Amino acid sequence: MRAIGRNLCVLGLVLLATAGSAAAQPITVSAAISTKDVVSELGRGFAASHPGATLLYNWGSSGSLQKQIEASAPIDVFISAAALQMDALEARRLIVPGTRKVIARNLLTVIKPADSRVDIVKPGDLLEARVGRIVVGNPRTVPAGQYAEESLRALGLWDRLQPKLVFAEDVRQALEYVARGEVDAGFVYTTDAAARGRAVKEAFRPAEDSYRPVVYPAAVVAGARQPALAAAFIDLLLSREGQAVLSRHGFQPPPAGTR
Amino acid sequence: MSPDSISALRLSLQVAVAATALNALVGIPIAYALARRRFWGRSLVDLLVTLPLILPPTVVGYYLIVLLGRRGVLGAPLYQLTGWTVAFTWYAAVIAATVMALPLLVRTVRAAIESVDRDLERAAYTLGRSELRTALEVTLPLARNGILAGLVLAFARALGEFGATLMLAGNIPGRTATVPLSIYTAVQTGESAEALALVAVLTALSCLVLIAANRLGARAA
Repeated sequence: MRAIGRNLCVLGLVLLATAGSAAAQPITVSAAISTKDVVSELGRGFAASHPGATLLYNWGSSGSLQKQIEASAPIDVFISAAALQMDALEARRLIVPGTRKVIARNLLTVIKPADSRVDIVKPGDLLEARVGRIVVGNPRTVPAGQYAEESLRALGLWDRLQPKLVFAEDVRQALEYVARGEVDAGFVYTTDAAARGRAVKEAFRPAEDSYRPVVYPAAVVAGARQPALAAAFIDLLLSREGQAVLSRHGFQPPPAGTR
Repeated sequence: MSPDSISALRLSLQVAVAATALNALVGIPIAYALARRRFWGRSLVDLLVTLPLILPPTVVGYYLIVLLGRRGVLGAPLYQLTGWTVAFTWYAAVIAATVMALPLLVRTVRAAIESVDRDLERAAYTLGRSELRTALEVTLPLARNGILAGLVLAFARALGEFGATLMLAGNIPGRTATVPLSIYTAVQTGESAEALALVAVLTALSCLVLIAANRLGARAA
């Protein structure tokens, strides 16, 4: 009896394994980590409305995700937090022509720990001695850091703030440094600040004309194993339903005519 | 190599030397106590000192943040008293490297001390030498090669530390970006030539260190 039971178990496992491989391959989404909450929420809805479709996520700074795609990582959808990284992939023909669309906009903000008593209300305050360390995403790979650098350079503060700067590997790490109180201020997106509203508070928002508009282009990656589903997922992001979810998370609708 | 890589190399050597010195200062007494003394909490000390060898460096890094972060158990009072915090300074890299290297040093040195003939120590005691003088004049000199091998291994481990350093010290070019962190950044940003140069330097250094450790180990045995 026990031998039969064991054989049945093995049979069951084999059936499970073959069922798994027969099902559709997963769609792998490489997305800027600032979109983590909203993209995973939309992904759940997508999986529910597309039976058999499963999504895998690869979060990170857009720059590191771009490098992974250039190194032929098996990715279906790329969502970048800036045009720059998508431009680089497009120039190397690593995205499917015609699939690139801006799905949302965002804004840069300067945050401080929620319990901070350090007075920071304008960019010039960052120079004051009362403000110790300031975190920005590493501008080499993190768009939020690139926007922050652009804004601080426009204000003539970038070079003078160098001794105070701490670089984060992505914008959520910058957010965590502030939430943990390790630094006095940090540059993140307004959506990040809202995602950790209890641990951080906004100090001020850099003038919107001091940095390029924060846009999120999405595209199907060349060589995607699931190009049709990948395109369908991008359509969902642009649909009324997708835009409603993005808006609930604090993202702004894509500006007309951008890509 | 770029200025960032050269500063990373200098910083790595500086961190590894400091961490090795700290290891000698803290680790050799611990190794001696574990080898020669029976005291309350001995197995706990043994466990704590060995843990960084087994735990992922990120876990060690997490504990270090909980302990030394600005809101940490020790970090918060330190910050309130001095307004200074260790996180994101090169001292943080030294602390991370020291903790990660400690098990290698303690285990190697402990084994070396345990292999010293106890009769020689007893002879020193009968000649009226205190335990401290016996340790300094008999035990440690006899365990010399094992101690050197332990220090060399600790140096190599400190030189290669990545995870705990990244968590406590961050990755700040020129300040806390050691060679392993700079390699990571170079790969992330697609600077393959830079990564290759640093990888080659680190591999060569590690080979030298291993050869040194093997020679010392052979002489110790």
